[in-house]
Amino acid sequence: MATKTPEQINEDLLRPLSVVSPRYFIALIFFLAVVIVAVSFFGRQIYDGLGVTGLNRPVFWAFYITNFVFWIGLSHAGTLISAILRLCNATWRRPVTRCAEVITVFSLSIGASFPIIHLGRPWLAFWLFPYPSERGIWPNIRSPLLWDFFAINTYLIGSVTFLLLPMLPDFALIRDRASGFRKRVYGFLALGWRGTPKQWHRLETAMHIMAIAIIPVAVSVHSIVSWDFAMAPVPMWHSTIFAPYFVAGAIFSGIAALIIAMAGLRKFLHLEEYLRPIHFENLGKLLLVMSLLWFYFVFSERLTGWYGNEKYEMSVFWLTQRGSFSPLFWAMVFCNFILPMPILAIKKLRTITGTVIASIAVVIGMWIERFLIIVPSLAHKYGSFSWGSYRPSWTEIIITAGTFAAMALLYMLFAKAVPIIAVWELKAGQSVEREHLETVLAASEAEAGAK
Amino acid sequence: MASVDSIYGLFADPRSADRGLKTLQSAGVPSQRILVMSPEPFEEYDFGRADRGTSMPWIAALGGLLGGVSGYALAWYTQIAYPSHIISGGMPVVSKWPSGIVTYELTMLGAIFATIVTLLITAKLLHWKFDIYDPEISYGKILIGVIDPAAESRVEFEDRLRDAGAEKVKGTGQFGTA
Repeated sequence: MATKTPEQINEDLLRPLSVVSPRYFIALIFFLAVVIVAVSFFGRQIYDGLGVTGLNRPVFWAFYITNFVFWIGLSHAGTLISAILRLCNATWRRPVTRCAEVITVFSLSIGASFPIIHLGRPWLAFWLFPYPSERGIWPNIRSPLLWDFFAINTYLIGSVTFLLLPMLPDFALIRDRASGFRKRVYGFLALGWRGTPKQWHRLETAMHIMAIAIIPVAVSVHSIVSWDFAMAPVPMWHSTIFAPYFVAGAIFSGIAALIIAMAGLRKFLHLEEYLRPIHFENLGKLLLVMSLLWFYFVFSERLTGWYGNEKYEMSVFWLTQRGSFSPLFWAMVFCNFILPMPILAIKKLRTITGTVIASIAVVIGMWIERFLIIVPSLAHKYGSFSWGSYRPSWTEIIITAGTFAAMALLYMLFAKAVPIIAVWELKAGQSVEREHLETVLAASEAEAGAK
Repeated sequence: MASVDSIYGLFADPRSADRGLKTLQSAGVPSQRILVMSPEPFEEYDFGRADRGTSMPWIAALGGLLGGVSGYALAWYTQIAYPSHIISGGMPVVSKWPSGIVTYELTMLGAIFATIVTLLITAKLLHWKFDIYDPEISYGKILIGVIDPAAESRVEFEDRLRDAGAEKVKGTGQFGTA
C-alpha cells in the first residue's frame, strides 16, 4: 500500500459506514428473506416436532449437529488466528484481524444455536445451565454436552471482548465526526475513550493478555466438541486423535472462511488498497499447511483403523470408502486436499482468485467432513440389526441455508456499523513503518556522509 | 466539559509533539500536570511512553485463580449435591477429569473478566464526560498540554507550544479563549 495520510485512511475506512449502494440493499433483502424463510421452517418444526426432520432411529444426530460442529469450527478463523498473529507481532495482520474476529463472534453464535434448534423442546435449553432443578438435581458434569456449555460460553465471551476492545478507539473516531443521534450512540460505545498514553498502554496490555488467554480456550472449545463424539464407544468416533484432528480441521476451515470474507469485503467495500494480494498469499500459505496437516490426520486415523481391522470399525470404514457414502468421502478429499494443493503450492496460482477458489472448496469439503464423521457411524453402528439410513428433510436443508444467509447478513450489517479494518491499528502500523524507513534513510545518509 | 483550566497545543506530527512535551518539561511542569492525547499509540516517542507500568497481568492471573477455584467448587458441589443414596459402584462421586475441564474453562473466564474490569478501571473508561478533550485528535492531531497552569504563565506556555511546532494552541476553563 502506498503510504497514506491518517486522514486518507479515515476517509477510506469510514466511507462504507455512510455510503449504501443499491447492490448492498438487494443483497441485504435477499439474505434477510432466506433467514425469514428458515425461521418460519424452524417455527413449523417447533409446532410439529422433530418428525419434520429426517432424524430417525438410529441416526439422531445429522444435519443440525453437522452444522453445529461446522460453525464452531469456522469460528476458529478469527480470534485464534488474530491472537496468534498478534502474539507473533506479524505486521501484515493489521488489516486482517477485525475481519477475522467478526467471523468468530457470528459463527460461534450461529453454531451455539444448533444444539437448541436440535432440541425437540428448545424452550427447555436452560436445563443445560448449571443450576439445580426443582428436585435438587444438577446437570451431569460428566457429560461432554455440559463441557460444551462452559467452553463455548467462555470462548464467546472472550471473543466478543477480543473484538470489542480494539474497537473503542474507532468508536471514538466515529463519535468525533458524527452528530446528533449517531454521535450519542458511538459516544456511548466508545466508553469515554480519549487516547491518553495510559489508555493506549492499558488497551495494548489487555489485548496481549486476551490473546494469551484466548488461544488455549479456542483449542479447548474444539477439543470438547470432538469429545462429544470421542467419549462415546461408537465405531470411528472413539479415537484418541479426535481432539487435535478437530482443532486442525477447525483452523483449516476458519482460514478458508477468512479468505472468502476478505475477498468479499475487498470487492464490495472497495478495500483493494488495504486487503492486498500479499494478505491472500500469506493466508494461502497457512491454508496450504493446514491442508497438509488435515490430510495427515485423515490418513493417520484411517490407517490405524484399517490396520486394527476391528469388525465394527471396518464396517463404517468401508461404508465411507467404498459404500453409499463414498461419493461424499472422495468429494471431501478432492475439496480439502486434491484441489487446494496445486492452487496453493504453485506461487503463480496462489492469487486472490486462486486462494478464494481453494477456500470455497475447503469450506464445502469441511462441511462434508463433519457430516461424514457423524452420520455413517450412527447409521452403521454395531450389528446390522441396528443399522439405518438418513435423508435430510427440506426443513433441515432450509434451516442450514438460513444460517449461511444469517452469517452473510450479520457480516454485512456489521460492516456498515463499524470499520471492518481497525483504523488505529493500521495507522499505528504505518507510523512504525515510516519511522523505521526514516531511521534507515538517516543511517544510510550518515554513512554516505562519513565516506 | 472544560471546567478544568488547561492550555494545550495540537501537533500534526509526533516529532513536534515530542518537542512540545520537552518544552513543557523544561519549563518545570511536573509530569502529572502534563496532558497527552493521541489518535494512535506512539510507543517510540517520549510523550507516548507515560504511565506504562501496570499490574494488569498479575490481576488477570489472580482472576484466573479465583475463576478456577469457583469452577472446581461448582463442579465439586454439583456432584456431591446429588441425593446421598446415589449408587456409584465404588467409583468416586467427584470425578476428577470432568471437574478439571470445568475448572479450566472457568479459570480462563476469570482471567478474561479480571482483565476487562482492570482495563475499565485503570484506563478510566466509562467516564463519558470529559474535562479536557479536542475532537481534532480524531483528525490525526496530537494534543500536548498543561493542566491548571498559573494565570501569569499563559503567554509563556502558548509561546513554548507554538515554538515547538503546535499548529493550534487552545485552552479550557479560564484559558478558553486562548
